[in-house]
Amino acid sequence: MERPLRLVTANPLDQLARTLEALLVVASAPLPVEELVAAADDDRERVEMALGLLSERYREGRSGIVLEQVAGGWAFRASRDAAEACGRLFERPVQRGISQASLETLAIVAYLGPVTRPEIARIRGVAADSAVAGLVERGLIAEAGRDDGVGGAVKYRTTPMFERVFGLESLSQLPRLDDLAGDVDELRERLHAVAEQRSA
Amino acid sequence: MVVRELELDLDAFEGPFDLLLTLILKEELDLADVDVAGIVVRFVERLAEREELDLDACGEFLVLVAALLELKARGLFEDEAAELADLEPEEAAEELARRLAEYRRMKEAAGWLSERLAEERDRFFRVGPAPLAPQPERKLAPQEPEQLAEVIRLLAKEPPAVSLNHMALRFPPVTQFVERFRALLRRRSRFDFDSELGGLSRAEQAVAFLALLELRRADEITISQAAPFAPIRVARVGEESAAADERTLAWNARSA
Repeated sequence: MERPLRLVTANPLDQLARTLEALLVVASAPLPVEELVAAADDDRERVEMALGLLSERYREGRSGIVLEQVAGGWAFRASRDAAEACGRLFERPVQRGISQASLETLAIVAYLGPVTRPEIARIRGVAADSAVAGLVERGLIAEAGRDDGVGGAVKYRTTPMFERVFGLESLSQLPRLDDLAGDVDELRERLHAVAEQRSA
Repeated sequence: MVVRELELDLDAFEGPFDLLLTLILKEELDLADVDVAGIVVRFVERLAEREELDLDACGEFLVLVAALLELKARGLFEDEAAELADLEPEEAAEELARRLAEYRRMKEAAGWLSERLAEERDRFFRVGPAPLAPQPERKLAPQEPEQLAEVIRLLAKEPPAVSLNHMALRFPPVTQFVERFRALLRRRSRFDFDSELGGLSRAEQAVAFLALLELRRADEITISQAAPFAPIRVARVGEESAAADERTLAWNARSA
């Protein structure tokens, strides 16, 4: 053979990609880019390029393992094709359905957090104690300091687990609050009508 | 102990607990005026008077007092209804509409989350404790192989047998020295203890000393020592008195 046959071109990032792969497979929580940069002892730009390479290699439909950007970092998860098999062997992080009360509480914490229980109760109009306790137990929300002052109420915020379960890269991926239908025009008119009757 | 029959003597009320509850529920008595801590103190006093702990009564009391405290707290702090009541009807309507809008948006958000959760139901990922943090590296000082071998060779060597000599103390019988001293004093009227026994071991010297004391007790000898740690002089009885006479004479001569 006159010219050597080169089927595989060695990518200069291959070694770094292998290192990142190893770090990600050991991790039990999403790894932020900064942590990967520090652990791989390489520069950020190269790490991001290598992550791009890995994302292509581990994408849905190509591999049983999917690399995704979630909860402010990078993490492996199982491909959706394998979900059924996974479900036979493992429990989902949120196995049982979440009640309406819990979902409303979760939404309030996600949008307004850190937020206290009295604040949640004020918006929902009912006590939030058991919903908050349940969400803490599921690891979807966690304590985040206290209100200022003596005996300040405990504040809650959502956890990285919440973002992971809901497949969010960050909380900014939630729909904008202004875009959600807070449309109470009809109700407002009726309320004002009642008010006029009263003051009349 | 019946909690409801607990007799109370408070500033605002005097009588059984049961009646107090009735009056409060009928709003004939303002809870804000009632000293709840006083009720608790009275109950604890009653509890202390009794020997055994009545858990049923404690439980019932706890529930009643908790309910009273909640009622009192609500009464003391202005509630939201009162806030709204202070507003003009127009303002109240606007405030209500604002709150309803806020709640409705959160309800929408909850709906979005619910849908999202259903879509993402097939997400399986590793959940677990964080892996262990790296241990700080412990660096060893640089080692010379020869030096290491030398040290190991020392360890490999059979250690010297432990001497037990000090444990084998031999105590000759006291009588042996008693006989020896008697024989000595038959030949000489006096002798010097230290020079006579100088070559013996400490144990043997100690036994010899005991023999000396034994002879002294039997009044066979006299013992004298000029000063502490000076040689001990031993003399036959009778010989010593001659020596004492000499001393007395010397003393007489000098003092004369």
